[in-house]
Amino acid sequence: MEMKPFEIVETPIDVQKYMDYVLHPSAGAVTVFTGNVREWTHGVKTLYLSYEAYIPMAEKKMAEIGAEMEAKWPGVRVAIAHRIGELQISDIAVVIAVSSPHRKAAYDANEYAIDRIKEVVPIWKKEIWEDGEEWIGAQKKYPEKGVEQK
Amino acid sequence: MIKVNYFARLRELTGKGEESLERESMTVAELLDWAEETYPGFGADNVQVAVNEEYALKDDVIKSGDVCAFIPPVSGG
Repeated sequence: MEMKPFEIVETPIDVQKYMDYVLHPSAGAVTVFTGNVREWTHGVKTLYLSYEAYIPMAEKKMAEIGAEMEAKWPGVRVAIAHRIGELQISDIAVVIAVSSPHRKAAYDANEYAIDRIKEVVPIWKKEIWEDGEEWIGAQKKYPEKGVEQK
Repeated sequence: MIKVNYFARLRELTGKGEESLERESMTVAELLDWAEETYPGFGADNVQVAVNEEYALKDDVIKSGDVCAFIPPVSGG
């Protein structure tokens, strides 16, 4: 089966596939994060979510995040997938698998990845409620030097 | 000709996923001004522009043949 380590998918995410991809004989730790659809947000009940992506740029940005992680934590191996389309409560929206020789880097790098995804990857979430819907996204000013610089 | 893509809130506001502008070149700031004038409620103050799949600054120049995208605040994860 073809394996893209940084991909946008339209079907349910198979977590094991990404764990298997990052595992290798020198890896002593694998961390797996999944982001799942939450029913209640600030007291409002979500019926389901709809995700949309600028797919080629999103995959490129996820690969860049992977490269940032490899530079910051040498020896890590990374796979990231984000699902788009309609997702139901508890469905997996994103999976991040990170392996490293020792566990600390795997934990730290994994958290870095989700923070960066929320900053720079062109993916959008719409919450659909019983009485309405809204595209989610924080207001922010146009960056002076580009959003991905840190 | 400059191609522009719309996503999420902006795709719904404009009623289209993409269109082409008959321009030879323009800056990112000019593109945002054009969008704001063309589509009331565009909210260009809160939209970034990607040129050829890379975030661009307001002074950057877009040329004919480039593919642009309006990027409203992202909310993946």
